[in-house]
Amino acid sequence: MRKKLKIKENVGNGGLLKRTMIREFKKDSLARYSLYTLIGILLVVFIGALFIPRASYVDVNIIDQYLAPMTDGHILGTDNGGHDIIAMLLVSARNSLVIALAVTFITFVFGTILGTITAYYGGKVDMIIMRMTDFIMILPVLMIIIVLVTIVPKYNAGTLIILMSAFYWIGTMRLVRSRVLTESQRDYVKASKTSGTSDIKIMFREILPNITSLLIAEATLSFAGNIGLETGLSFLGFGLPAGTPSLGTMINEATNPETMTAMPWTWVPAAIVILIVVLSIIFVGQALRRVADQRQSV
Amino acid sequence: MWKVIIRRLLIMIPQLFILSVMVFMLAKMMPGDPFGGLIGPNTDPKQIEALREAAGLNDPWWQQYINWIQNAFHGDFGMSYTMKQPVTTLIGSRMVNTFWLSLLAMILTYLLAIPMAISAARREGSWWDRVLLIYNSVTFGIPAYVVYLLFIFIFGFTLGWFPTGGTVSPSATGFFPVLMSKIYHMILPAVTMALLGTTAIFTYLRSGILDEQGQDYVKTARAKGVTENRVFSRHILRNALLPIAANFGFVITGLLGGAIFAETIFGYPGLGQLFITAITSRDYSVITALILFNGLLALFGAMLSDIIMAIVDPRIRIE
Repeated sequence: MRKKLKIKENVGNGGLLKRTMIREFKKDSLARYSLYTLIGILLVVFIGALFIPRASYVDVNIIDQYLAPMTDGHILGTDNGGHDIIAMLLVSARNSLVIALAVTFITFVFGTILGTITAYYGGKVDMIIMRMTDFIMILPVLMIIIVLVTIVPKYNAGTLIILMSAFYWIGTMRLVRSRVLTESQRDYVKASKTSGTSDIKIMFREILPNITSLLIAEATLSFAGNIGLETGLSFLGFGLPAGTPSLGTMINEATNPETMTAMPWTWVPAAIVILIVVLSIIFVGQALRRVADQRQSV
Repeated sequence: MWKVIIRRLLIMIPQLFILSVMVFMLAKMMPGDPFGGLIGPNTDPKQIEALREAAGLNDPWWQQYINWIQNAFHGDFGMSYTMKQPVTTLIGSRMVNTFWLSLLAMILTYLLAIPMAISAARREGSWWDRVLLIYNSVTFGIPAYVVYLLFIFIFGFTLGWFPTGGTVSPSATGFFPVLMSKIYHMILPAVTMALLGTTAIFTYLRSGILDEQGQDYVKTARAKGVTENRVFSRHILRNALLPIAANFGFVITGLLGGAIFAETIFGYPGLGQLFITAITSRDYSVITALILFNGLLALFGAMLSDIIMAIVDPRIRIE
């Protein structure tokens, strides 16, 4: 009887979350158009990048260097390696999005598990982990990542994902911890404990589903932050390695004042793509956060 | 209150120790040693070995750590290999630039954020409130470096309103012209940083004011017949400003840390730009010193914030 009841309740919850989301996006046109833009960009980038051969963005062709837009069939011109800007945009945007997605995924899985466990059990382990994260949070993280990028042997995109994740799971962990702490005080958790439900089941089948809406919203906003972080590092020259272009690497052309002013087509498109993607994600994330707040207050 | 301050100082001791060990380990992981540049085709490997031995590079790691810490306490971080001057001198001269730029940016940030938060909170839910909320979530989320680039491209290079690098124009002589030129060089980076940096203060202050508005003491004050403006400025605002005051510890130390992206893009020779120059040329003694310095600033900032909070908010002292 109990089991049956619970399954029904879970289904109901999922449906409610979806309904609240649809209602919020119907109400907020900014968020709705941002969502459409985002889906459109994701489709164009991930499908378009499939058709770009690797040679066209790795091989250097000096003759075609810095062609102005609309010459020789290059609609947006070429960069310093003679690569077509549109092809570069597609591949770079895909790389940047994949890296940011991977970092967001890793930090959220790790942060959620650790945050839930420490909050649920509390005690000494919780205290030690909190002290540790207090400490790491105030360190000059950006500087440390840049140094590690330069000294890690056999550096590649995977290393960058690990380095970024290694420092940015802390925010998620602390957020999840504080929510699970308040959630643990609720009656349904106490009731489950008295009726002998296992801790693992209470944590991951009962508490976590109740903070899912919050996690979705925060993961979305953190996705935007990770795009900024990766492209920022690549812009400085400490992000994705050569041969794996990123939107940041494209913007890096602007570090030379002459290229910045005389050849704006090399970097402005990438800057605009970043702004559009990040802004859309922020507006979608804000709407999702409101959904989470509504569910909290119910 | 002294109890709080002393307890807070004691927490610093293990933190300082861990920070120093971490930076030392990072320094040891960096490739090369001070004598790498001396090696040529005619160098005797034994000679290099003797130099290494004399410099203590063959000692056990804890011995090296103790030596390193002793030197650090004396302000001796070695020489910059590329810029050929003591690291301490180099950092000192850049820190002055960073300090003035950050100070101007900080003042502008407060001047923007506090009125924004007050006007938004007093008209909660209005279109103005919504505009400010969207503005602050946008400026918080978009990558700042993209905006810096677009601003220097538009206002620096294209329109030519502001200089595009340096701290002072070489033609300026005399106290007043030099001062004006220095301020002129700081305006664009400082304004851009301030425009993008309001979110934390805005969010704290706005939600602080909204929280305080419903409190009992506010109702009491109104019931006594205190005027609405006085209730706001004397009662609500005072309490809502507390978290901002506490944040001041971080802000003060942040003035010295240097902004990596802003200084690099606006060509402003501060500590952030020094870090990027040093890491590009693999100038490891400068990098180590800068990371240690920034870590120390952060630790002291956190401590300062806790102490300021204990001073301004008596409720915390009881704990």
